[in-house]
Amino acid sequence: MAWPLIRLIPRQTHFRFVKWAPVAAAISALLIAGSCVSFFTQGLNLGIDFKGGIAMEARMPTPISADALRNVARATGAHDVQVQGNFGSPNVAMIRFLPTAGGDAMAEANRVKAEIIAKFPGMTMPAPSVIGAKVSGELLGSGFKALAIALLLMLGYIWFRFQLQFGLGAVVAVFHDIVLTLGLLSVLQIEFSMTSIAALLTVIGYSMNEKVITFDRLKENLRKYKTTPLRDIIDLSENERLSRTIITGSTALLALGGTILFGGPVLRPLVVTMTFGIIIGTYSSVYIALPLILVWGAKRGDDEASPIKLGAGTRP
Amino acid sequence: MLTLSRWKVTAVILSVIFGIVFSLPNVLPQKTLDALPGWVPHQKLNLGLDLQGGSYLLYEVDTDALRAERLTNMVEDVRTTLRNDQIEFGELGEAGGIVRVRITDPGKVDQAVSLLRRSIGGPLAGAIGGRDTSISNKGDGRLELSFVPEAAKADAVKAVDQSIETIRRRIDALGTKEPTITKQGSNRIVIQAAGESDPARLQAVIGQTAKLTFQMVDETVSQEDMVAGRIPPGVVVLPGTEPGAPPLPVAKRALVTGEDLVTANQEFDQNGAPAVGFRFGGAGARKFGDATTRNVGKRFAIVLDGKYISAPKINQPLPGGSGIITGNFTPESAAELALLLRSGALPAKLNLEEQRTVGAELGADAVRAGAISLAIGAAAMFVFIILAYGLFGIFAALALVVNVLLIIGIMSMTQATLTFPGIAGLILTLAVAVDANVLIYERMRDEAAAGRSPMSAADTGFRRAMVSIMDANITSLISAAIMFGFGSGPIKGFAWTLSIGVFTSVFTAIIITQVLIGWWFKTAKPKKLPIA
Repeated sequence: MAWPLIRLIPRQTHFRFVKWAPVAAAISALLIAGSCVSFFTQGLNLGIDFKGGIAMEARMPTPISADALRNVARATGAHDVQVQGNFGSPNVAMIRFLPTAGGDAMAEANRVKAEIIAKFPGMTMPAPSVIGAKVSGELLGSGFKALAIALLLMLGYIWFRFQLQFGLGAVVAVFHDIVLTLGLLSVLQIEFSMTSIAALLTVIGYSMNEKVITFDRLKENLRKYKTTPLRDIIDLSENERLSRTIITGSTALLALGGTILFGGPVLRPLVVTMTFGIIIGTYSSVYIALPLILVWGAKRGDDEASPIKLGAGTRP
Repeated sequence: MLTLSRWKVTAVILSVIFGIVFSLPNVLPQKTLDALPGWVPHQKLNLGLDLQGGSYLLYEVDTDALRAERLTNMVEDVRTTLRNDQIEFGELGEAGGIVRVRITDPGKVDQAVSLLRRSIGGPLAGAIGGRDTSISNKGDGRLELSFVPEAAKADAVKAVDQSIETIRRRIDALGTKEPTITKQGSNRIVIQAAGESDPARLQAVIGQTAKLTFQMVDETVSQEDMVAGRIPPGVVVLPGTEPGAPPLPVAKRALVTGEDLVTANQEFDQNGAPAVGFRFGGAGARKFGDATTRNVGKRFAIVLDGKYISAPKINQPLPGGSGIITGNFTPESAAELALLLRSGALPAKLNLEEQRTVGAELGADAVRAGAISLAIGAAAMFVFIILAYGLFGIFAALALVVNVLLIIGIMSMTQATLTFPGIAGLILTLAVAVDANVLIYERMRDEAAAGRSPMSAADTGFRRAMVSIMDANITSLISAAIMFGFGSGPIKGFAWTLSIGVFTSVFTAIIITQVLIGWWFKTAKPKKLPIA
């Protein structure tokens, strides 16, 4: 009689979430510090989308030896050669390198391509991708600008629907998620590409959704229990929506699970980032956004205050 | 809220039909699709280049070069104007975007100013009576001419628009699969050719400015003068298109330009060598006729993009405005030049800033892996939600299926491009859609636990959860709108999928589950919620 399984989740929990907030704050601070150290020491592994460079795909009727390909590519005089083998199939590999500064990148790409093909009979290569550092840099800039404006407007909406402290809490928490996600990309040296931007946007979207849902319950309880300390209300709201958080989080993770296992090397970095983001987004709702509201304080009962005053005024 | 009002049921049925009809072309084999009558939707999802393979070329219009060219022309215009009216001048030159000239005769300064004001530059687009140049008198006979700032901007905009038009004409003439040509930012042009994994042919026709001019050869400048750098003002030394061709001194001002060409074709000259035949029309024919009449016996250079192709002698006047360009052509190169001349010159040089190609196979691999993993993910999600919520889980899963159908249907209908980032947007959308149902069901459980009857608990659950769902989705929509407005290509793809998803998710998670649960209450008359 366990089905539906939702009955297994206890109806009422009384976890003291807030009690652990200082510990969480310390952990978050450590993780952020770690992310920053990683940024400054090894930085992000910028892909050619943002760094500029040349990429080409190689295909053979037989499996390709990445080492052999790398050696041949280096021998052509290409700089900073990276060969990524096993791209979906052992017969495919991706070659990346940087163009000579000040030279004609297109011409160099075609020369290297021709020299590689000459060494591997049967190899086919579609036209290389050549990306200038100027355009890609601007692309990154415009992406982050859009992100900043979007965050500001979301802050505005939450301020309008809830309170300024809520909006600030949400934005700080989302910012925390962005830093940690970038930190993960830096620590694992996952290539930062256009796809990573998409993953980051997804993380922000999910995280913001978590915050808004959390705030809705908090707002309702703030109205319901006017005199209960804020700390207890936060705990109560968290406990009340615990089952929802578990179900939604698990569903999202399950949806991504298939892709982690079978998505192949193109999708995997995207999904790893998103999975991390979902976990961190859920965590930051409980341990960044809400504690910040506790620290900054929330306005209580203002919504009802005015009608009550009016009523009192008309009473004899 | 659980009343089965007629509009709700109708909306649900219509949306399901819509979703199925518009998503269907994506799974039907091409043969079946072709056999269907014309009124059935045929459009499949429009996959981005990253998913189906293709070429992406990003060109930057060289507006600086355009500017420089216009200033050179201004210098020449000033020279001709003053010479024609026999006003003595000196120190004519251009620096830092300003053309300076000194009128030697102080008595003629005012005359020169009014003359130049009339004849230099042209009307300013968008400003009635405005001119695109300004002239100021710095005293001591010194005059400064420059383009007004608005003119520079208008020029750049015009150059980009004209370039796009020219590129389109050139590509149309190639007859390849229609690529999309779009403007990006203020001075960039993006060309996306789906399925084209070798952009060399595109580059060959786009990369060339194809500015054709006819300029008189200045025979007074000797070989020694050129070596010593003694070039008279108004003359420029041009290299030849052929390697090893001697440099040629020609007048800076063009007699006629390719703008006046009516047509150009690949032909053969009297010796049977490939050549390009051309014909001027209207004013161009007259100008060409006059120039050739005036200059019989002299040589003129046929100049393409700053290099001369040949410098034939004018044997007789050519009043018909037609002629032939000979040079070291192959039939192919003559045909290509004819195509470029026919479709008009680019107003400015285009620099290839970026080229991306995705092999069709790599794209197909990614799509296959993505589809398999998404299907597994979705299946896992369905199983989980049904295990968690029982019958109501089945309802949520059904809503989710309709949601996916609607998103695919709308994306196919609008032919919005689905890219990798778009798939990320899709996953986020589905996660948030599930969340909406979870919120509703959890709220129902709360209300049931608070002692409400099943019907009342379900109804209140929907009503209360609605607030949170709306807040969450409006926040998503705000960020999607911003990303769509400010972001570039890939971010736009994400934002678009997300926005479509916001609307379909709210509809399916709320209305469809409501109708299903309402129908269940009506038929089963339950004493208890299955999730309570």
